[in-house]
Amino acid sequence: MIQIEKVSKWYGQFQVLADCSTQVSKGEVVVVCGPSGSGKSTLIKCVNGLEPFQAGSIIVDGISVGDPKTNLPRLRSKVGMVFQHFELFPHLSITENLCLAQVKVLGRSMDEAHQKGLQLLDRVGLKAQAAKFPGQLSGGQQQRVAIARALAMDPIAMLFDEPTSALDPEMINEVLDVMTELAQEGMTMMCVTHEMGFARRVASRVIFMDHGQIVEDAGKDEFFGAPHSERAQQFLSKILQH
Amino acid sequence: MIDWQLIADNREMLLDGMLYSLTLTGTAMAGGIVIGCLLALARLSSFKPLSLFAAGYVNLFRSVPLVLVIFWFYFLLPYFGLSIGPDKSVFITFTLFEAAYYSEIIRAGIQSISRGQVSAAYALGLTYPQTMRYILLPQAFRNMLPVLLTQTVVLFQDSSLVTIIGIKDFMGSTVVVASNNGAMTEMYTFAALAYFCVCFPVSMLLKRLHKRIAVIR
Repeated sequence: MIQIEKVSKWYGQFQVLADCSTQVSKGEVVVVCGPSGSGKSTLIKCVNGLEPFQAGSIIVDGISVGDPKTNLPRLRSKVGMVFQHFELFPHLSITENLCLAQVKVLGRSMDEAHQKGLQLLDRVGLKAQAAKFPGQLSGGQQQRVAIARALAMDPIAMLFDEPTSALDPEMINEVLDVMTELAQEGMTMMCVTHEMGFARRVASRVIFMDHGQIVEDAGKDEFFGAPHSERAQQFLSKILQH
Repeated sequence: MIDWQLIADNREMLLDGMLYSLTLTGTAMAGGIVIGCLLALARLSSFKPLSLFAAGYVNLFRSVPLVLVIFWFYFLLPYFGLSIGPDKSVFITFTLFEAAYYSEIIRAGIQSISRGQVSAAYALGLTYPQTMRYILLPQAFRNMLPVLLTQTVVLFQDSSLVTIIGIKDFMGSTVVVASNNGAMTEMYTFAALAYFCVCFPVSMLLKRLHKRIAVIR
């Protein structure tokens, strides 16, 4: 479903992605981890064209992201994305946050969008908050709304960019629970996260990045059992201590 | 003391003048915000020629005194075969001039909204115009509303400059009444009072609006 082929990206002289190749098949959950500054967020933002890249190719559902002729808004409407800082629209109510793109991008009627929105809000356990504004919700609640907002577009895949990094510890699980449920239902997911517990539970594969390169790309059991690269071993030993 | 009888006798002229000043301010504000908005978007565009044009426009108008721009349009346009009369001339002048100032305020407002909001809008499949219209500009305008309106108060005061090309705005009408009746001191004191009575309460209201918006955010 997502093919990443020798993708490289530079900020001026500085190379942030170097020859990254991997793929995510339908129904797979791929967790991307690595130290900060390793390029994992940049890579996931390349998948829906939020970040341009200079070399290589990314094919999503048969469509080339880097091709200038590609209708990016249309492609993006099929790929959900969840951000580290939630990015709900603060001037719109929760309902409006859920409905806006459904109506403006997919051309759904307000009624239809509203129904779909409420149904997803119920699913993430926040139906009672529909009339509130983002600023009135906790971080964990906001992130669950953000997931519902992405799901409202009926995406073929979901991208998560450190969805729990900006959350207080006690709110992390409520978001991970929603993500776990989503994974178990067969959603195709690519998640940049440090939550190794989540990775152990639901990941099909784990990708480890360092200095803009994909250092390790292995099945979950192999990754946690016997990582090949020394860098990944070090990373794991540090992160799994607590 | 002010001779209220003199003012009462000329109230129609003075009221018409005030109406002219307010109309000019309102028109220049509406037009200036629309053009200023386009200039701000152009200036923030990644398409170089567009952003250079907008930067040039803003810097030009912000570096030239308003009086000169009024003169320029009124006296020099006819040389190029464009005779549009003083009224149209000042409406156009003020709109174009204020657009430069509004555009800087709007640009700052847009830049105050985090990049993540734009990314989130794009990620949902919204196009650039949709992102601007539904996500970015509504938030930006809410942030910058007090500053935009403060600029409009300044614009209202500056509108008195049109008097120098013989337009009977509020100031112009005051000048006429003053010189016809030899009542300079009285009439100019009255005019100052009138401008103060319009501008000061509005400024106070804006201060409160600013505080309220600051609380919401």
